[in-house]
Amino acid sequence: MTEILIKNGFVFDPVSGIKGDKKDIAVKDGVIVESVSGSAKVIDASGMTVMAGGVDIHSHVAGAKVNVGRNFRPEDKLQAVYEPARGVRHMAGGNSVPTVFKTAYKYADMGYTTVIEAAMPPLYARHTHEEMRDTPIIDQAALPLFGNNWFILEYLKNGEIDNASAYIAWLLRSTKGYGIKCVNPGGTEAWAWGLNCMTVNDQVPYFEITPKEIIAGLMTVNESLHLPHSLHLHSNNLGNPGNYQTTLDSLKIAEGFKANNNFGRDQVMHHTHIQFHSYGGTSWGDFESKGAEVMDYINKNPNITCDVGFITLDETTTMTGDGPFEYHLSALNHLKWANTDVEIECGAGIVPYIYSKDIYVCGVQWSIGLEMALLAKDHMRCYLTTDHPNAGPFTRYPRVMKWLMSEKARDEVFASMKAEDKVRDRSTLGSIDRELTLYEIAMMTRAGTAKALGMGKKLGGLVPGMQADIAVYPYNPETASDPEQIEYAFSNAKYLIKSGEIIINDSEIVSNGNKQTYWVDVKTNPSKQVEHDLREMFLKYYTVTERNYEVEEHAFMKNPNVISIDATQ
Amino acid sequence: MTQLVTDIICPFCGTLCDDIEVEVSDDGKKIIKVTNACAIGAEKFLHAQSPDRIVRPRMKQEDGSWKEVTYDEAAKYTAKILCDAKKPLMYGWSSTSCEAQATGHMIAELVGGVVDNTATVCHGPSLIAVHDVGIPSCTLGEVKNRADRVIFWGCNPAHAHPRHMSRYSIFSRGYFTTKGSKSRKIIVVDPRPTDTASVADYHIQIQQGRDYELIDALRVALQEGPLPETVAGVPKEKIYDIARLLKSGRFVTIFFGMGVTHSLGKNHNIDIAIALTSDLNKYTKAAIIPMRGHYNVTGSGQVLGWQFGFPFCVDLSRGFARYNPGESSANDLLMRGEVDANFVIGSDPGSHFPFKSVKVINELPSVCIDPHMTPTVAVSKCHVPVALVGIEVGGSCYRMDNVPIESRKVVDPPAGMLTDGEFLELVLTEVQRIKGVAA
Repeated sequence: MTEILIKNGFVFDPVSGIKGDKKDIAVKDGVIVESVSGSAKVIDASGMTVMAGGVDIHSHVAGAKVNVGRNFRPEDKLQAVYEPARGVRHMAGGNSVPTVFKTAYKYADMGYTTVIEAAMPPLYARHTHEEMRDTPIIDQAALPLFGNNWFILEYLKNGEIDNASAYIAWLLRSTKGYGIKCVNPGGTEAWAWGLNCMTVNDQVPYFEITPKEIIAGLMTVNESLHLPHSLHLHSNNLGNPGNYQTTLDSLKIAEGFKANNNFGRDQVMHHTHIQFHSYGGTSWGDFESKGAEVMDYINKNPNITCDVGFITLDETTTMTGDGPFEYHLSALNHLKWANTDVEIECGAGIVPYIYSKDIYVCGVQWSIGLEMALLAKDHMRCYLTTDHPNAGPFTRYPRVMKWLMSEKARDEVFASMKAEDKVRDRSTLGSIDRELTLYEIAMMTRAGTAKALGMGKKLGGLVPGMQADIAVYPYNPETASDPEQIEYAFSNAKYLIKSGEIIINDSEIVSNGNKQTYWVDVKTNPSKQVEHDLREMFLKYYTVTERNYEVEEHAFMKNPNVISIDATQ
Repeated sequence: MTQLVTDIICPFCGTLCDDIEVEVSDDGKKIIKVTNACAIGAEKFLHAQSPDRIVRPRMKQEDGSWKEVTYDEAAKYTAKILCDAKKPLMYGWSSTSCEAQATGHMIAELVGGVVDNTATVCHGPSLIAVHDVGIPSCTLGEVKNRADRVIFWGCNPAHAHPRHMSRYSIFSRGYFTTKGSKSRKIIVVDPRPTDTASVADYHIQIQQGRDYELIDALRVALQEGPLPETVAGVPKEKIYDIARLLKSGRFVTIFFGMGVTHSLGKNHNIDIAIALTSDLNKYTKAAIIPMRGHYNVTGSGQVLGWQFGFPFCVDLSRGFARYNPGESSANDLLMRGEVDANFVIGSDPGSHFPFKSVKVINELPSVCIDPHMTPTVAVSKCHVPVALVGIEVGGSCYRMDNVPIESRKVVDPPAGMLTDGEFLELVLTEVQRIKGVAA
């Protein structure tokens, strides 16, 4: 394989503690090495920023609901130029719900090499994998949903942790999933009857279990299975004024839990798109930020990580496994509504949304995300996401970086708002003058996310032995002065190397790479009870047979990367 | 000794039953018996064994007779007519696997083709309605386990989707519907007294083409609003009764078919049917599901969606994807004489398109990929028989509720016969050669 030497760049690597030193990075046989021979291809990164390839911990880029979003919004294709095919690139279109090709090209342009699909309905796993198979360049993995699954509700209600563990191991294997995702625990099952669970203590209809018990049970299982990632939680009561209390109640469930894994992960709970869960007030009239309170709790509890879900003030397409939330959102904005309830397992809803800076609530939502990220004390535990496409398209990550790194850029947005004073009044963002450094951005976008996913030994850093995923951005931290340069540079990587292969050469995509799909295969002690329950459930209540449920690796993955774990002890 | 192959999906309709069992001969070449399938599905399997099956590609001669050619020659002809054309129509896709569809789309991208599927003459109006108002829906298992109010509107599953009623919607016993059909109230809206209507609790014999009015009246009736004495031939008392019946249910599901999508009003009928479903969610839980026809027409819309962003009639002729049903849809293009080559796979427009369109196909350079002799084959210049997806080769397929299920291979195809995917790969390679692009 080719040897590559990236010379003279300003390197930012939280894994090795390098904060912008000029340093050469050498690559051989797909991994980072100490040095290479004289015949190595030399990339001159003088005056440029060098980071590990970006790792996105939470994005909705493949699967049933994403495709509903594409197919039910032809207008989304008009929001961005539909790009013709050129070179190795296929034609690519869409804005908030881009086609699989555009997803790959835009992530590559941003210097990202790994993206986690954050919600995979197990029954639709095959669809998710088909889309990921057709998505070039970026490595991917998908998190199957468990928070409303009937097996889980029953096992946890009865305190059968071993059975829950055996079932989850079986489902990860069947769906080729990566970890445990939990969306609106109990609430989506309630939604199948038109109901919801708004607090951690609400009873799930029929199943007589509470969200609190589901979250605690799933964390217990996650650690007993020694999974690389922690429980990935989207808690109850998303998006409603006053919901921060529910969020704090949910976060507190993690107290006393300890991480138990060999992947270098420290947290037991990853709370996703925390911005949507940090709202005060009792209605949209007195809506305000409680971001400071929620971030204060996270700062004090090292066994929790979060990603933010920054509002980008765009027209976008919201989509989530939180079915009841999407129904309420459609009642709020009167735009079109799609919903799918999935037998035995989960559900999802989709609604277009316009975050207008002229609407003060949207402005406050925008400021909450930034406020929280700027109040975070440890950016190895607080990550950059837009919950793509819910709070905004992932293509806005560079814009978010600009806001985080420049008070001037934030003030410009404030000044352009119709209700600037009201927005400033409802959060503390206006009084924060902190500007994040590139080092902290590297924590939020690669080192921290890779660690939280249990991939920190391999991804997110530039230490010899790690996978050679490297992005070179046209940004000179010594001379750059205009915040706009940040947004431009991080949208247009000059070079991108993935697994040692050059994907972007001099700003042009030159290869579709050798994309991998990660999944987790956990070995557990056999459970006669689970085998019996699976047989019974497939025979009586599923509409596919047990044999037709499994996603076959050879058929649906171009380049599988299996993480094997023995959890029999 | 015979072998029993189980958990087979049936490659006939959008119900995609996946519990078919097939007894095959010891050498794996002959199907002996098909169980669990409906009469149509069983016949589809058995038909694969037909002794008069065409097993090699053929080109039509000037005198109208067929001359056998190799797959390579057929692929070269296909690639040439597609590359020579300014705007080739690549139609069908509904009876083949998603993998074959994806390969076909890559060909279409290179030759600047228009990709349209059979939704254009069935549930296209439903897809357009979804652009307008979205779609609150669910998987068929939710219907089985929860639905206590089921409406069949303008569809007749007893004939078109024969196992739908027993597997999912009427007779099946689910988790919260333990008494099967006794757990449910069934409403059939159809101008005809169909076999489905005969097993329903209520048959609403609507005047033909008046669907929009009746659905609108039901929306009014949900709010106990004023109605005229009759709407669409239905007395107002009955409409109020039905509205109350739906509101009193715990989980309502509306299934709809061609009777709504292709009667007067078309997509507007579906718009308001979906709006009715959304309205019902204010009172109870409700979902709506189109009764998709071909077993993988849904998959075609899915693959087009993730690759190009639109579910059908995708025009790639200008180098980027455009979508405008009514302009970029197959019949409009054919009737306006806008296409200069015709490619058909996994469908039979010769049987289902207006005669005016079929006449155009007859004039064009054309290829038809189909295991059978169909009217489309009769008007095409080249016929490429292939292995049957779901019987002789596996591949991913999508059920009417968008659930993907992998079809399985049951028996070997006749010796030397290619699959859709293999033939399309040959065409793709040839197109890449002609266009001078790297594989």
